Amino acid sequence: MTTPTTVTRAEYCVIACAEAWRGDGEVLASPMGTIPSVAARLAKLTFAPELLLTDGEALLIGDVPAVGARSAVTEGWLPYRRHLTMVMGGRRHVMMGASQIDRFGNQNISCVGDWRRPSRQLLGARGAPANTLNNPVSYWVPRHSPRVFVERVDMICGVGYDSAAAAGPSATRFHELRRVVSDLGVFDFATPDHAMRLVSVHPGVTADDIREATGFPLAVPDEVPPTREPTADELRLIRDVVDPSGLREREVRTA
Amino acid sequence: MSGNGKVMTPDAIVGRLESGMTLGIGGWGSRRKPMALVRALLRSDVTDLTVVAFGGPDVGLLAAAGRIRKLVTAFVTLDSIPLEPHFRAARERAALELVELDEAVFMQGLTAAAQRLPFLPVRAGLGSDVLRVNPGLRTVTSPYEDGEELVAAPALRLDAALVHLNRADHLGNGQYLGPDPYFDDLFCEAADSAYVTCERIVGTAELTAHAAPQTLLVSRHAVTGVAETPNGAHFTSCAPDHGRDESFQKEYATAARTPETWAAFHTRFLTGRTEEDYQLAVQAWHKEQR
Repeated sequence: MTTPTTVTRAEYCVIACAEAWRGDGEVLASPMGTIPSVAARLAKLTFAPELLLTDGEALLIGDVPAVGARSAVTEGWLPYRRHLTMVMGGRRHVMMGASQIDRFGNQNISCVGDWRRPSRQLLGARGAPANTLNNPVSYWVPRHSPRVFVERVDMICGVGYDSAAAAGPSATRFHELRRVVSDLGVFDFATPDHAMRLVSVHPGVTADDIREATGFPLAVPDEVPPTREPTADELRLIRDVVDPSGLREREVRTA
Repeated sequence: MSGNGKVMTPDAIVGRLESGMTLGIGGWGSRRKPMALVRALLRSDVTDLTVVAFGGPDVGLLAAAGRIRKLVTAFVTLDSIPLEPHFRAARERAALELVELDEAVFMQGLTAAAQRLPFLPVRAGLGSDVLRVNPGLRTVTSPYEDGEELVAAPALRLDAALVHLNRADHLGNGQYLGPDPYFDDLFCEAADSAYVTCERIVGTAELTAHAAPQTLLVSRHAVTGVAETPNGAHFTSCAPDHGRDESFQKEYATAARTPETWAAFHTRFLTGRTEEDYQLAVQAWHKEQR
């Protein structure tokens, strides 16, 4: 097999997001955003068949329909009250978005500016505080920029490593940030002080590009590998089965 | 209970509400919101409210009309349109007091209120700015050997709860037929008085003629009044009776962008004397869109 030369940036992002759920076993994959949704489905169809998926509302689905398509098989019932209970029980790995994220993984989806009178009101804290204290959390950022990767977030919704440590053992007990995927690369917190580290760069991106687009000092190892290539079968599944209408390309456009 | 039981009109329900009250509003985001009661509130002079809700256009409309003094929520969204424009505008001019909670903290607070407890412990909130922006939130230490320090989610006790369900009988037994009950039973049980609107009032026996008994979400002991408001969740969803009116929601969100367009929307849809006037105005609008 030759390496496909036409893999788009969005497809590298799908692969990088899917990898977040590798080895998770029988837990709910909760993707927020288009590319994480494509990725969770791809993971379930390939290397993580035990994953649970929802229809985006109250049902656990027993099939793997294309993103945006209706499920034909229901395998469980997960209304919000049971979903929140599941979060607290930890059998879930969520990939959330982030309007801001800092080097220790503190995340903000609430508002930009002074909380008392924000310059830009966003969603609110939603379930980010509960998610980060109870089940593994990853993040997806479709447009990597210094406005998202900031020195300090304006409102800590998702709890980062430094904040959890400062809050004590009840906060750190189940706290685990797995990875951050952006349109430029993949990151984790596997450093002595849990500061964000560059893990791989998507083909076509350099470590310097990422440093420039990041508003805090990023840990960058001497050798940074490229994000892995999709297999031919993965590409087929992405293009023909999971996202035949190409929604992924609207979330991350190929330059 | 005989005759009409607890059946009331939306305006009679709002007649029981007073300025300064704490109101819980059921549903979630732009899903199964008791919008007919929200519209009745807008026709009344009830104001200075503390609203407790997983927020959607209920919060948006009340905020736009200046009726909310304090909002207790984890988010406000229109779902298919992520940001609620009126909530956003109200926050950006600091027009309301906000108690911003995490969803799990909110659920525990509502559960505590339903169980007449002062609080329930929850891990969520620790390490987050939910504690910073709510300096009144306290933690509690487990009395058992684990000694864990957890957030004490305070009871969200309500003066009144407003919810919209698919069916109810005249006694106030309420039924949901969609996939998610949201937290409507908890809202009713956490409130001193609870009001249920529904798509259709049916005989008690009819409730479970074609549906399983666990669809009976709200029981009459927790309900003060019930009103039939067909399409009463409009423009939010009320599965399976009707989906979200996406085109009208878009019209709402677009109108909210400027004071002029909002004034026009308000005049056209929200100045009628009854819920029926609103429904007719929406029907007329849809005819124009064809």
